[in-house]
Amino acid sequence: MNRMRANDWLFWGSIAACYLLQLMPLPQVLLPLKPWWLALVLMYWTLEAPDYVSLGRAFVLGLVGDVFSGDLLGEQALRLCVFCFILLRFRARLRFFPMWQQALAVLALLLNDRVVLLAIRAADGQLVPVASYWLAPFVGMLAWPWVFLLLDDARARLRVRDA
Amino acid sequence: MALTRNDTVPLFSPDTANTLRLIAYLALAIALMVIDHRNGWLVQVRYFASAAVEPMYRLAALPSRLARSAGDAMSDRARLNQRNAELERELLLAQARLNRLQSVRDQNERLQQLLEAQRSLNLGVQLARIIDVDTDPFRHRVTIDAGARQGVAVGEAVLDAHGVMGQVVEVLPNASTVMLITDPAHALPVKSERTGLRAIARGNGALDSLELPNVPISADIKPGDMLVTSGLGGHFPAGFPVGTVRNIRNDASGMFAVATLTPSAALDRSGEVLILHNLPDPVGPPAPAPSEGPPAESAPVNKAPNP
Repeated sequence: MNRMRANDWLFWGSIAACYLLQLMPLPQVLLPLKPWWLALVLMYWTLEAPDYVSLGRAFVLGLVGDVFSGDLLGEQALRLCVFCFILLRFRARLRFFPMWQQALAVLALLLNDRVVLLAIRAADGQLVPVASYWLAPFVGMLAWPWVFLLLDDARARLRVRDA
Repeated sequence: MALTRNDTVPLFSPDTANTLRLIAYLALAIALMVIDHRNGWLVQVRYFASAAVEPMYRLAALPSRLARSAGDAMSDRARLNQRNAELERELLLAQARLNRLQSVRDQNERLQQLLEAQRSLNLGVQLARIIDVDTDPFRHRVTIDAGARQGVAVGEAVLDAHGVMGQVVEVLPNASTVMLITDPAHALPVKSERTGLRAIARGNGALDSLELPNVPISADIKPGDMLVTSGLGGHFPAGFPVGTVRNIRNDASGMFAVATLTPSAALDRSGEVLILHNLPDPVGPPAPAPSEGPPAESAPVNKAPNP
């Protein structure tokens, strides 16, 4: 029971940290490089503790992200639903990939997400973005091992302390 | 022989990643987006959720604010002294210029009284600070720390020390969102300070340039020209610097020229901004002239009213 609660704290804490990181200012040059933290963290929880992630929850978390970022309401919700759906479908295989293959999968998923976002923005009537638009998925790929290790380590520590 | 469900790890987990459910959620999201696009619900949702949104913004901006104040604390004495001397010199210059302008202003007021012009040059301004949050790197919006409770309203112009920055597009109780003039969705009427040529300056998505589309090829415009707000349309008061012409080229059709501007305002820096309240009356085209004809008094008086 206690361990469950510690895990809950870690889950919600990591989600809150994602929203903060997403809003965090960066120097102008680095702005387009900012990875989609929420997707990376949700990917960890999908792979390691799928009880926490469902399509409905992804939808709601995306809506909250929309409210924070002030974009179109439902935009992140749709992107996150697509992301989590693919993840949940291939969870059993992705789990046993070595780290570098997982990172490549992250790249593919995030690139797919960029295409989805492009479709949404095009339907919304906005300009086609610049080349730097496609950089963030690569940063996400590089960030994935660190997100994984950090969260895994935090979870392992909680388990040891609770045991 | 069928395995029991407990022994097997399903390759595809059907209950959590149900395609039907995905389609339902996607449809819901698309419906939300369409409704939001049409009616702007998000603004209202954000207004009600501002109790959560605003602290989040403040919290997210905290590290950069801390870093800046740490930088201030660390910067060495010599540099501060130098900066101080620089600012004093600038202040002196500005003061001298102000004194000169004061007399011009007095003269202007006298002349305007002579002309019985009602238009006042006093602008209500309010100081606000940019909150360092980044909501989307591909949209040109900034968040400032003044909102509805501080009297900010949608549509008000935002300036910095060097020129026009943008206009308020969304107001929360204690914060508001400003669309910068470089946002692709933004355009503002400008005129050339040198020749009075009128044009529209449009954002093109880059933070360091504006575009002046559809300038006649024969127009008198050249690199280095300063463009100021023309006041047409009434959103922005006239006479504030917008940018200087960087270069001019022909557009794709070859019928018009396109000028690229360097914005005057420091759009990529954060700090204090000015919000303009109660704009003076828009300087628009004059009211249409009354229809031609003899004066109404000399018209024959109709005994029977027209049906």
